[in-house]
Amino acid sequence: MVQAIVFLPLLGAILAGLIAIFGAHARNPSGDTVEHHDDGHHGHDAHAQASAAHDDHGHDDHGHDDHHVSEPAAAGSRAAELITTCLLMISAGLSWVTLVDVGFMHHDARIALFPWINSGDLQVAWSLRVDTLTAVMLVVVNTVSALVHLYSIGYMDEDPHRPRFFAYLSLFTFAMLMLVTSDNLVQMFFGWEGVGLASYLLIGFWYQKPSANAAAIKAFVVNRVGDFGFALGIFAVFMLLKSTDFETIFAGAPGLAGKTIDVFGWHADALTLTCLLLFMGAMGKSAQFLLHTWLPDAMEGPTPVSALIHAATMVTAGVFMVARLSPLFELAPNAQAVVMFFGATTAFFAATIGLVQNDIKRIVAYSTCSQLGYMFVAMGAGAYSVGIFHLFTHAFFKALLFLGSGSVIYAMHHEQDIRNMGGLKDRIPFTYIVMVIGTLALTGFPLTAGYFSKDAIIESAFVSHNPFAMYGFLMTVVAAGLTSFYSWRLIFKTFHGEPHDQEHYEAAHEAPLWMLVPIGVLAAGSILAGFPFKELFAGHGVAEFFRESLKMHPNIIEEMHHIPAWIAYLPTVMMVVGAYISYVFYIRRPYLPVELANQHPMLYQFLLNKWYFDELYDLIFVRPAKWIGHFLWKKGDGYVIDGFGPDGISARVLDVTRNVVKIQTGYLYHYAFAMLIGVAGLITWFMFGLGGQ
Amino acid sequence: MTTWPILSVVTFLPLFGALVIYISRGDDDAARSNSRWIALWTTLVTFAVSLILVWRFDATNPDFQFIEKASWLASGITYHMGVDGISLPFVILTTALMPFCIIASWKSVTIRVREYMMAFLLLETLMIGTFSALDLVLFYLFFEGGLIPMFLIIGVWGGPRRVYASFKFFLYTLLGSVLMLLAIMALYWNAGTTDIPTLMHTAVPRSLQTWAWLAFFASFAVKMPMWPVHTWLPDAHVEAPTAGSVILAAILLKMGGYGFLRFSLPMFPLASHDFAWIIFSLSAIAIIYTSLVALMQEDIKKLIAYSSVAHMGFVTMGIFAGTTQGVAGGVFQMISHGIVSGALFLCVGIVYDRMHTREIAAYGGLVNRMPLYALVFMVFTMANVGLPGTSGFVGEFMTLIGTFKVSIPTATFATFGVILSAGYALWLYRKVVFGTLTKPALASIKDLTFREGLMLFPLVFLTILFGVYPKPVLDMSAASVQQLVNNYNTAVTAVKAAALIQ
Repeated sequence: MVQAIVFLPLLGAILAGLIAIFGAHARNPSGDTVEHHDDGHHGHDAHAQASAAHDDHGHDDHGHDDHHVSEPAAAGSRAAELITTCLLMISAGLSWVTLVDVGFMHHDARIALFPWINSGDLQVAWSLRVDTLTAVMLVVVNTVSALVHLYSIGYMDEDPHRPRFFAYLSLFTFAMLMLVTSDNLVQMFFGWEGVGLASYLLIGFWYQKPSANAAAIKAFVVNRVGDFGFALGIFAVFMLLKSTDFETIFAGAPGLAGKTIDVFGWHADALTLTCLLLFMGAMGKSAQFLLHTWLPDAMEGPTPVSALIHAATMVTAGVFMVARLSPLFELAPNAQAVVMFFGATTAFFAATIGLVQNDIKRIVAYSTCSQLGYMFVAMGAGAYSVGIFHLFTHAFFKALLFLGSGSVIYAMHHEQDIRNMGGLKDRIPFTYIVMVIGTLALTGFPLTAGYFSKDAIIESAFVSHNPFAMYGFLMTVVAAGLTSFYSWRLIFKTFHGEPHDQEHYEAAHEAPLWMLVPIGVLAAGSILAGFPFKELFAGHGVAEFFRESLKMHPNIIEEMHHIPAWIAYLPTVMMVVGAYISYVFYIRRPYLPVELANQHPMLYQFLLNKWYFDELYDLIFVRPAKWIGHFLWKKGDGYVIDGFGPDGISARVLDVTRNVVKIQTGYLYHYAFAMLIGVAGLITWFMFGLGGQ
Repeated sequence: MTTWPILSVVTFLPLFGALVIYISRGDDDAARSNSRWIALWTTLVTFAVSLILVWRFDATNPDFQFIEKASWLASGITYHMGVDGISLPFVILTTALMPFCIIASWKSVTIRVREYMMAFLLLETLMIGTFSALDLVLFYLFFEGGLIPMFLIIGVWGGPRRVYASFKFFLYTLLGSVLMLLAIMALYWNAGTTDIPTLMHTAVPRSLQTWAWLAFFASFAVKMPMWPVHTWLPDAHVEAPTAGSVILAAILLKMGGYGFLRFSLPMFPLASHDFAWIIFSLSAIAIIYTSLVALMQEDIKKLIAYSSVAHMGFVTMGIFAGTTQGVAGGVFQMISHGIVSGALFLCVGIVYDRMHTREIAAYGGLVNRMPLYALVFMVFTMANVGLPGTSGFVGEFMTLIGTFKVSIPTATFATFGVILSAGYALWLYRKVVFGTLTKPALASIKDLTFREGLMLFPLVFLTILFGVYPKPVLDMSAASVQQLVNNYNTAVTAVKAAALIQ
């Protein structure tokens, strides 16, 4: 059954990919000449007779999430959509069965598939591991993915490249499933980079948009910076424990206490260093502070992609990784401190940026970034199940917010700037209702899904023994207020008030059923995913439910239940305060935010420009790299190596020969004189040199 | 075991094909077509015969197999051929890639077709001979002989600056080889034989080890090429015809790595150990330096050439780490790079044949009209980047994990290459393939033909197969690699122990 869950999406990806590539090939003639293609030697004429109507199509340079097209849809689009979606539905259904089977019946499974890299003591195999942690992830990934597939059928209905899109979506799902079912670090790395590839392809799906291409590359390269750490972490684990299998690592990790690794003359604690390196990978994938810059840009991709990859699943891979490696992190308290520090900082930092953004998707993206910070706070506190709880609930309401935003964008004909929206609640009431539900869940309104998981995180930060516990607690509490503010700001500016763009407002219409059904399901999930699972993830059922798959900090769950009452109410208070300020700002006194921005232009610009991280990185990484590259090429290779090497030598040889040529004057007495000198020299040498002996 | 000299047949079959082409005179269209078909069939048959080697090869036996020995020159210099798990993959790589090279030249080479095909077939003989020679003099003959056809291929069928490039290539490599010849003589005087298996079990005095190692190093480092003697490679690649670039990147570069594995490590273990830090530094520099340079290239072939230097940095680093994973990873990385870089040069050749330029700026938006090409190019780009699931990952990962145990700084710096390679490879792909197709010259460009698909899709298949299931290659070389590593470590530990006693 596990094989079916993992490989059905791959099957879908391959089938849709074949449909896409055959379709594309049929539309584009083959031939190896440019001016005239009648050369008769390529035996492939069957394909060459395809339409030439493809030449003059063009996606104009539109700056929005856009897919106006003038070309017909690829043949087989519907088939590709149905195949991939149905396969994903099956996978999703089986995933829920697996969750029950593993979580409650305790039928953990480890399935070896076939060997991968075997060399000496390095033994890596393809295998599937299913325990409760994996089962939870399977449910999250497959459920959201199936809904996003379904939603995309409606959302992408005007796009001519739908088979390719669905192939990518399914490919992503497969890679993500390989990641969460991995039984060793290397296979996890496979899934890790695989989702990176799929993310790259999907962000750059509209490859004719330069901004999409740039964002795709940025996402891949920034992720690679994290992967740099991940890879080194794997190497360190292998060096220390001679294995990359989780079982062996976890069994051997306690024996590493006190061991050190000598790195550049610095004796680092082995476990701490390893955990920090691995966490660097998590920071890249989960867009944590310093490596977060790719996530907002990734919004260049189609909106369903943002919902699936950049909200619900891929970006949570970092959280999953830390949870999976909890037996290591539990032994490295210093690493946990770093995890909490970065989590808390991200939670706060991303929320501040979210306050002032105007692109509907970017607001939600920064919100995602911030919520991922929350999850890492729980990881740092040692309350892994709580972090996973938030991952679980967040997947529902954040996917809902993204898909709802997609519905707004769809209704507004690809307008994404909330300043041009307003009053939409009358035009698209269903979308409005579900967006409000998503917002309630995100801000932690009592009894919604987010309420249970987010409050649990804040409580866990409060009771944890981490050096940054108080920092984590304060940051998450403040961020709770900020979250509430920007979330309601989005709702108010989009759905309330006066329409700012009458033309779009008039034309706005509710999305087709393909899109509304998945949103409805997610809305239900955003409410229901909290309470029924509360005991399993953050209550007394944790040990029974997760068993060996997580190594919780001892007692943390117990301590969470004995906190002062005001701590428990604080997040809710913050939520109400944030919502109230937002209400005042955007409904009661809409002139206030403008005045505030004018009073503090520095602060406003600082937030609007995302703390200037993009500019900073461009200044300290991108440009120097290019400058050094150019310098090394022209000066290093061209001037020094070639100049003193081959070119220099050949030039010297030419110089010498040129001078030798000059000596050859052609006059006999010159030669005779030279000979005489030579003879004299020889005689002298023989007499006083050799002869002298 | 074998009743017929299978290895010699594989080696000299291409030469025989070249003779046949030579005999069939004429320079009309029919003769050209003939020579193409003869060359293709020769390489295909050679490949088929070489598969018998794989079939009969005993992977559990770490020693040389398919041994052929005949007296040849003076005492101690024999015609001695054989392959073990380290050389067999290279032999197969050579025979497997040659048909692709012939197909790639099918239409792009129009002048002196007979001579061109003969040069390639001769080159194949010399390359296979290099990998299967078990006598130093024989090895040297093949190793150096390979220069001549390559020199001609670049110099005659190359681009506008072909003469500069071919001389640069020739002089660079020859300079290193002269030193190697001296070292070969020294080894002969020391042991009285040039038989490689014998020499591998002969202890070489420490002082001789040091300078013989350096002499061999001079030759192999140029061949590899290692930083800072790499500058011939970009020029040679840029000027060479497509098939020439493929062979250069896929096979000729591997001779350096093969030499390190066959001579430096087993014959001079102590010197290898002493000088490992040089190799580590040069490899780490090469990876970062050439990756940065690749970022700024304006010529597609140059970019790939620089990335080749970076990838070879992983190989040298892994080999001299002297660990099982390092050495096995080095072998695997070379095979993988042979497939991937060869395929990348084929990809460049395909658009070059259409547009006759290699300027990155002249392209853009090819995906709009060449979806198959875009797919294939994407697979190889990702393999070049070292994405898990492609063969590029396995080699990089193994060399890095093998080196990390020995030298953490080297592995750390080398891992930076992982970030940089993503930068330059994706940038290239974006500039060439993605975007809108606005350049008028490209407006009528067409997708892969059947012939081009025929040479690229098998390579796509291999790239992914070896990425997911590298076992065939790893198993083939495992026993020999293990023996090599064991001998190396024994020698090094013995000296360390002796030093401790004193």
